[in-house]
Amino acid sequence: MSTDRRRVVVTGIGVVAPGSMGREGFWDMITAGRTATRRITFFDPSRFRSQVAAEVDFDPKLQGLTAHEVHRNDRFVQMAMVAADEAVADSGLTFGTGGADDATDPDRVGVTLGSAVGATMRLENEYVAVSDAGTHWLVDPRYASRFLHQALVPSCGATELAVRFRASGPATVVSTGCTSGIDAVGYGSQLIEDGDADVVISGASDAPISPISMACFDTIRATTANNADPEHAAKPFDARRDGFVMGEGAAVLILEELEHAQRRGAEIYCEVSGYANRCNAFHMTGLRPDGVEMAEAIDRALGQGRIDPTEVGYVNAHGSGTQQNDRHETAAVKRSLGPAADRVPMSSIKSMVGHSLGAIGSIEIAATALAVQRGVLPPTANYEVPDPNCDLDYIPNTAREQKVDVALSVGSGFGGFQSAIVLASPDRRDA
Amino acid sequence: MNRLLVTGLGVVAPTGVGIEAHWSSLVRGEPAIRPIEGFDPSKYGVALAGQVRDFVPEDHVDPRLMVQTDRWTWMSLAAATLAAVDAGYDAPGDDVYATSVFLAAGSGGNEFSQHEIQGLWAKGPRSVGAYQSIAWFYAASTGQISIRDGYKGPSGVVVSEGAGGLDSIGWARRVVRRGTPAVLVGGTEAGVTPYALLCQATAGRLSPATRPEDAYKPFDRRAGGHVVGEGGAILLLEDSGAARARGAQNVWGEVAGYGATHDAHHHEEPAPDATQYARAIRLSLADAGVTPGEVDLVVADGAGTPELDALELEAIGTVFGERATPVPVTAPSSWTGRLMAGGSALNVATALLALRDGIVPGTAYLDDPVDAPGVDLVQQSRVQDLDLVVVLARGFGGFNSSLVLRRHREEEATA
Repeated sequence: MSTDRRRVVVTGIGVVAPGSMGREGFWDMITAGRTATRRITFFDPSRFRSQVAAEVDFDPKLQGLTAHEVHRNDRFVQMAMVAADEAVADSGLTFGTGGADDATDPDRVGVTLGSAVGATMRLENEYVAVSDAGTHWLVDPRYASRFLHQALVPSCGATELAVRFRASGPATVVSTGCTSGIDAVGYGSQLIEDGDADVVISGASDAPISPISMACFDTIRATTANNADPEHAAKPFDARRDGFVMGEGAAVLILEELEHAQRRGAEIYCEVSGYANRCNAFHMTGLRPDGVEMAEAIDRALGQGRIDPTEVGYVNAHGSGTQQNDRHETAAVKRSLGPAADRVPMSSIKSMVGHSLGAIGSIEIAATALAVQRGVLPPTANYEVPDPNCDLDYIPNTAREQKVDVALSVGSGFGGFQSAIVLASPDRRDA
Repeated sequence: MNRLLVTGLGVVAPTGVGIEAHWSSLVRGEPAIRPIEGFDPSKYGVALAGQVRDFVPEDHVDPRLMVQTDRWTWMSLAAATLAAVDAGYDAPGDDVYATSVFLAAGSGGNEFSQHEIQGLWAKGPRSVGAYQSIAWFYAASTGQISIRDGYKGPSGVVVSEGAGGLDSIGWARRVVRRGTPAVLVGGTEAGVTPYALLCQATAGRLSPATRPEDAYKPFDRRAGGHVVGEGGAILLLEDSGAARARGAQNVWGEVAGYGATHDAHHHEEPAPDATQYARAIRLSLADAGVTPGEVDLVVADGAGTPELDALELEAIGTVFGERATPVPVTAPSSWTGRLMAGGSALNVATALLALRDGIVPGTAYLDDPVDAPGVDLVQQSRVQDLDLVVVLARGFGGFNSSLVLRRHREEEATA
């Protein structure tokens, strides 16, 4: 039965991540173990509990966007467009150009873009203007931008990508909080598996480094208070961890039906061999320490690709750096992989690029795909003091050269969402 | 072959809370579009909205949960319960993963968030409460339903503006295909608040009219924009085998086909032809294995601007033009206003009620219909046997979706 299944491969990757530019800059940075966390520069953070973030030094016009594209779109859409440009160029696909016999039919190209909080930065900035800095509940339309409908409803991000590449297949924004970036790629894969598209422009973007986002995580102490040492503030799996570091960014992958990719001789990073998600139905922000539902998602994702837990060579962790997450996730991986968990290397790149909410799932899938392609595993930075509750191999501080046939990337988010995706090397597939 | 059934409906709409209140209001032709209550909208060039006036959140939502959530989520929680009660559905005790929540979202927790941003900028970061992080984001309603009701299956949230309600059903089908027997779908919206209304007004599609009969008139020669509404619907979808196994009494209909496309034309203007919209309809018919001639009714998107209405009629005419008789088309959103993600979900509920009773609700304020070759625009409610209904929806920016609903026939399902 599985032989009839339409298979999905990754043939293009684009990344906009803190501390770097583009896919290769991102890869160099995370494999060097360099951190991009710093004291917030976007606004004066001095009245906030958490004053640290991983910001992208992003100039959309330098990255090729027109003045109008910048004007009408929130930063999250701008970053998605730039990441998508890089991914499409990387894939070698030509969209919407017409003429060529081997051009992909635009009707067979879909878009799935994840975002946890959409245009929150623009909505807040505009609110400051129309409410006169929070003094008027009945906001004043004279100070409003023309493009607030797009800010209000994040589906504009999928629209911009569909228009940009003339992708007239199914399009949607996926907004499942902090698992959005995994779920968007999972859904994109399902579009191809189910025969509704041959190519999907799939990824996620978030730009949440704004006062309201920082304030709402301050009050529940989810973010770090380690303001004295911003470069080492994100400490996933380390006993001293005290919360996540807010991040921003985008990653876009080109998902393609295997035979479609083979026909045009595309270079294949990896296969998406399984995806699953589950809910913990427990608490909007809390996690039970046992990790049962995340483990169920992992088991199902592995099962789809008929992959034995012992085959997993790398786990790209959610590793947000909160006390409860890292314990929860360690338990989930042990539950799913069994004794193999003790041997499998596992790392959190959030130690370097922060936690960009919905975007990070796709950024981590990009990192995982590159790890599978290149045989190098990015480390967990800032890892010094082991935690007895987190006792796996977290690839401390230094990247590791290691060939990987199967890798797993997992995510967990507010609302109780737990997601897992499995990437397999093309070498394994052909073996 | 297993079918996908709708076994429960939960409606929280301007026309009423609960399916019968909503349906009797539609059939009797009682418009729910009225002057906006709660704040003075005159600055925004808007006077009217479809607000859910009969909704008493305390009757549906635990007060401890109410303080953590926005009105949008209150309506989702209420509609989810109504749908489960309607279906007689209790999640199976031996499989916590057997039920999923897969909703469409649109604009999130507007009123809650405006309040918190207001406080942040007026008073500082410490005024922001502990629930902003979970009340505002687009996944809030899905997460809260899953937690309250113990549903641990694969849940999701899609955003495709007004097409979202249909798209949640399209995505839920993938969840069912992959082995989860029951999925709550649909969605609600609560954007009749000062900032959310201003945001919507900037797109230039809202009617400035002060009298309901002048405001939102899809397919009328005097169409001049739409009115915003709130609320929506949540539906329970079940695999037919699972529904039969638990002895489900109530089958509203089958989800027979679905198709979705994007105009891929412009960031806000629709494509100048209806090619992609017509393609979405054709995809859904092919998926259902039916011909245009078999369709008894089209529930239209009914955008209410001359350009968008003409494009919709062009799409419908293109697909259904070869029929011997014009296809009946109605736009029930005209009674409620446009509920964004909630609107297309509510139209699915309305279409299923029409199937049940053999009554087609008319289109509000359709006094002087535009020329529509091959299309029978339904002005007044009428009695008509229905077997196959197509529901259409569009989302701002170019999303096109089409869903085919079929009357459920027990003998076929058990054959």
